[in-house]
Amino acid sequence: MGNIGIILSLVIIFGGLVALLIRSVLAREVDRRIIFLFIFIAVAAPILFPITFSEKPTPVVQALFDKVESLPAGSTVLLSFDFDPAMAPEVQPMANAISRHCLEKGHRVIFMSLWATGQALLSQSLSEYILPGFPEKVDGVDYVSLGYKAGNEGVLNVIVTNFRKMFPTDVNSVPLDSVSIFDGINSCRDLDLVVAIGGGAPGPKEWILFVGDPAGVPVGVGVAAVIAPQMYPYYPEQVVGILGGVKGAAEYEYVLKTTHKRFEDMDSPGLKMMGPQTLAHIVIMSFIIIGNVIYFRSRRKEKKQ
Amino acid sequence: MRRPLYIVMAVVLALFLLSWYLKTGSYKGEHEHYILRGLLVTFSAFLTLAVLSFLYRDNPFYKFAEHLFVGVSAAFWMCMGFWTTIVQNLVPRLSVSLSEYFKVPPQPGDYNFFFYIPVILGVLLLMRLSPKGGWISRWPLAFIVGTTAGLNFVRYLRSDFIKQISSTFVPLLGTQWQGVGHFLSNLDLSATGELVVMFGNWVIFLGVFCGLIYFFFSKEHKGAFGIGSRVGIWVLMVTFGASFGYTVMGRISLLVGRITFLFRDWLELIN
Repeated sequence: MGNIGIILSLVIIFGGLVALLIRSVLAREVDRRIIFLFIFIAVAAPILFPITFSEKPTPVVQALFDKVESLPAGSTVLLSFDFDPAMAPEVQPMANAISRHCLEKGHRVIFMSLWATGQALLSQSLSEYILPGFPEKVDGVDYVSLGYKAGNEGVLNVIVTNFRKMFPTDVNSVPLDSVSIFDGINSCRDLDLVVAIGGGAPGPKEWILFVGDPAGVPVGVGVAAVIAPQMYPYYPEQVVGILGGVKGAAEYEYVLKTTHKRFEDMDSPGLKMMGPQTLAHIVIMSFIIIGNVIYFRSRRKEKKQ
Repeated sequence: MRRPLYIVMAVVLALFLLSWYLKTGSYKGEHEHYILRGLLVTFSAFLTLAVLSFLYRDNPFYKFAEHLFVGVSAAFWMCMGFWTTIVQNLVPRLSVSLSEYFKVPPQPGDYNFFFYIPVILGVLLLMRLSPKGGWISRWPLAFIVGTTAGLNFVRYLRSDFIKQISSTFVPLLGTQWQGVGHFLSNLDLSATGELVVMFGNWVIFLGVFCGLIYFFFSKEHKGAFGIGSRVGIWVLMVTFGASFGYTVMGRISLLVGRITFLFRDWLELIN
């Protein structure tokens, strides 16, 4: 049924695109709302009738995966959820995948957020996606949530030398000295890896500038697609790996599923999103071609006149 | 308002009331607060469709959603500012009784006279609301701008300037170069192979060099210099193209998120 649905959708989309191409060759205008309609169908069809692709992890994604994989069990990893609901469809899948990977490898995970909106998404991730897969993990021993702290770069500037000065307690008001994860952890310098997930300011860039470089802590980033190109100059000297947009999330999910049997049946929203992404990109590229056909035809027409 | 508009609004509201009724019916027995949940999901769906309706053209539904979003955002950030900055960061360092009142753990060891300075600056910032004393707010603003600039300057200079320059110094023959014979006999086209790494390093070197030439305006862009400048334009174009591609991916992801919400949480067409 799913196959018939997606085939029917593809026929409608590409039949429509050919019709539009013919229309543009005949030098007729295409209303912008037609473009919106095509994008809607291209996105909605693979959601209703899912199509999935296998992903080959790119070196930047593989590097972050390998870093998490190579750390010895018991290492301390800090994950920062610096995003809001608008960015969540892109970056929450990668945050969930990395969290699961860290817990599976037996790392101690410290969760926090530099965005007020990130705290709610962090607790949603923990309660709905991450912790149900790890009932044996104990709060304060295997993981801890510090929640949100106001202060932007100021927070990073303080925790790079002293955690307790900025976070006297965890999110449940338990003093940090009573949280066993923090035994021997005084500042960010004592962490084995920081993974910053976000796409605005403060976010991954600030983690590199205010923690990664001055403290010499390895930093991995998972970023919204819009700022992914800004992160590439930092690789591989200043960041160990980059997950760029939903493609990065899909690649990480794929490599996690193929290397760890526990996650074979894991919900993978990143991989699911690649179907609509692929189809929508093909439609956009088709419209770029149609737009160029219209442009060159109108230019030739003007020259003739 | 014109009559057809009333009719459209009535139809839309009726449809959403119907969807609320149907939703609560499907939730019944599964959730404790199914009526409230049904209402919230239906209202969220209404707002999503109201925002998307702008793609057709500007309309009252879009305006309603836009104004609601701005108002709720402003209120949310004002509350967050008070509870997270003043209550959580400042109050525990000022007074034990205030900390107990707001139920935040006090930090007696941190008591310091200097914590009153941000309080004073914060009050001065509010002078902006006064028509005559508005100029006073420039002092705390100057402090904020100066502190931020000072804090960022060193970090950006080290990480974005010095480290980025050093990252551009890449070995043009790669790090594993052992001569032409070894290179040709071990030709590897994979992403980590010697050829691809070497090619990547040349792209970085020439890309940065030609990009800088393009922004050098003290010499006329003619001859070899002009060719370098033109290559620089191409490098910039490719960079902007990559950024555009990523931006498209980001926007489509957001659309996928919204449509998934409509299909899964509201219409329950998918699991």
